[in-house]
Amino acid sequence: MRAAAISDFWSDFHENYVAVVAAIVVVVIILAACFAPWITPQNPYDIANLNLADARQPPGFVGSQGYVHILGTDSQGRDLYSAILFGLRISLEMGVISGAVALAIGTTLGIVAAYVGGRLENVIMRAIDLQLSFPAILLALILAAILGPGKTQLIVALVAAQYAYYARTAFGTAAVERQKEYIEAAAATPLSAGRIVLRHLLPNSMPPLIVVATVQIAAAISLEATLSFLGVGLPVTQPSLGSLIANGFEYMLSGRTWMAIYPGIALIILITAINLVGDQLRDQLNPRLRR
Amino acid sequence: MVQYIVQRAIQAILVVAVISALVFVGVYAVGNPIDVLISPDATQQMREQTIANYGLDQPLYIQYLVFVRNMLGGNLGRSLVFGVPVLPLILSRLPATLELTLAAMLIATVVGVPLGIYAGTRPNALGSRVIMAISVLGFSVPTFWIGIILILTFAVNLGWLPAGGRGETVSVFGVQWSFLTIDGLKHLFLPTLNLAFFKLALMIRLARAGTRETMLTDVIKFARAAGLTEQTILRRHVLKLISVPIVTVFGLEFGSTLAYAIVTETIFSWPGVGKLILDSITSLDRPVMVAYLILIAILFIAINFSVDIIYLFLDPRLRRRGIS
Repeated sequence: MRAAAISDFWSDFHENYVAVVAAIVVVVIILAACFAPWITPQNPYDIANLNLADARQPPGFVGSQGYVHILGTDSQGRDLYSAILFGLRISLEMGVISGAVALAIGTTLGIVAAYVGGRLENVIMRAIDLQLSFPAILLALILAAILGPGKTQLIVALVAAQYAYYARTAFGTAAVERQKEYIEAAAATPLSAGRIVLRHLLPNSMPPLIVVATVQIAAAISLEATLSFLGVGLPVTQPSLGSLIANGFEYMLSGRTWMAIYPGIALIILITAINLVGDQLRDQLNPRLRR
Repeated sequence: MVQYIVQRAIQAILVVAVISALVFVGVYAVGNPIDVLISPDATQQMREQTIANYGLDQPLYIQYLVFVRNMLGGNLGRSLVFGVPVLPLILSRLPATLELTLAAMLIATVVGVPLGIYAGTRPNALGSRVIMAISVLGFSVPTFWIGIILILTFAVNLGWLPAGGRGETVSVFGVQWSFLTIDGLKHLFLPTLNLAFFKLALMIRLARAGTRETMLTDVIKFARAAGLTEQTILRRHVLKLISVPIVTVFGLEFGSTLAYAIVTETIFSWPGVGKLILDSITSLDRPVMVAYLILIAILFIAINFSVDIIYLFLDPRLRRRGIS
């Protein structure tokens, strides 16, 4: 049954070749990010590897260490290709970790609110709605600024900006599922509330959450890049794609455009590919759009 | 209906009170502004005097009560960096931001809604596919990146438009506006385009989804049967029926556009509130941060409130329910 569902899912996914290409791109980028230390000529975080004499050189430049900088170097003398792959690594890491934590917190809040109902539901969902009316970027910006630079602080800011979307979605589907007869039937048996929520309500509320998760991870990566671009994200010693672009932006008006352009292209390809996969998932999991 | 409005107004005031407390505690509980205020080699006496001057030696709840009392009197404190009252500081930067935000929202709506309606009526045409591809890009590409590309193309490579600043302004009732001069318009153009792009994608999607659903309803079937041309149907019926979600989004997104203006203003050195708040965040200028957040919160609540009221006029069903 499960296997059949998965192969059905695949054959539907196949029909949209844009989504297939996007999925392949995502997988390639994830692999490239995971194996970055083995497929790049330089570790851009090791100051011993950096030579200021190599700084701000255009693509194709042969540096002091004897290899070709295929995408040029940045203002610190980092090999841009290496810096981009390591930057992708950080961007993905931030996006996936903050997405997973936000998914866990948001889903718990949403499903508990839907299952328990009454006063608790009112309190939780009112707070969530209030937060949703506030722009996520502003919240993340303020939190990142007062918590200071660092990975953990940034993850906290990203989670705070995202969890409400998961909570809303989880509540929306769980509230509908809650009304269905199988939950009523389960409640009539001696099963504990925890078991009903975990084994019955949660799995049936998952599909929309998966869609939100894909789109939100792309949004989190974009948000992280924006924060780093504005200078309130990660410390400068560990440049994510956003900080690379910010560094490059300073030199753009003097015509050294590659320093901002290449990290930017990497960022756009990543976000667009994830969004295209998310779009396809949404269309496939939404029964209203299926004919 | 009056009862409904009063009820909503009371709710809104309560929410403002809660948010002001949250913001105050959130911003003041973390970080130490004394480091910003006092140079490390100041004497102990100078330190204590400065701390007492800003009331930073009092317990947090006293500071909050003082803050609330001052706020009700229209005094939101003094900027730690500029040394001037916060409210006039923010208000002096507001016109630049409002100009930018309104222009962006207007462009997004005026361009996005027709494109969306077109894509909704002919979902399989080549033009519609192009429009939808643009909207996917609009959602995916971060605002700051679009800004960089715009500067690169129009300011660096083509040299047609300036890369930053507000240009020449004209004073109307003591407020400076850029959109009244040619030079100002030139400066306004790129930032507006930048800020409009994301909202454009949203407007396209909304209008398209609304049109696709509306075209299947009986209203349109009967209008066609009555012999109305497609043009008239789109203008008179479809546009009216999809206007409710569009008005909502226009209102709700206005606030988030203000927030995204932080990014655009930073890239284009546009001297608005967004740039002010980013500078105050990096220098931990807490009174400016708190005042900005509370003003934004009030704005949001006011917007939500007015959207609800506008609904009453757009949707007769709600009006009837409100009266009874």
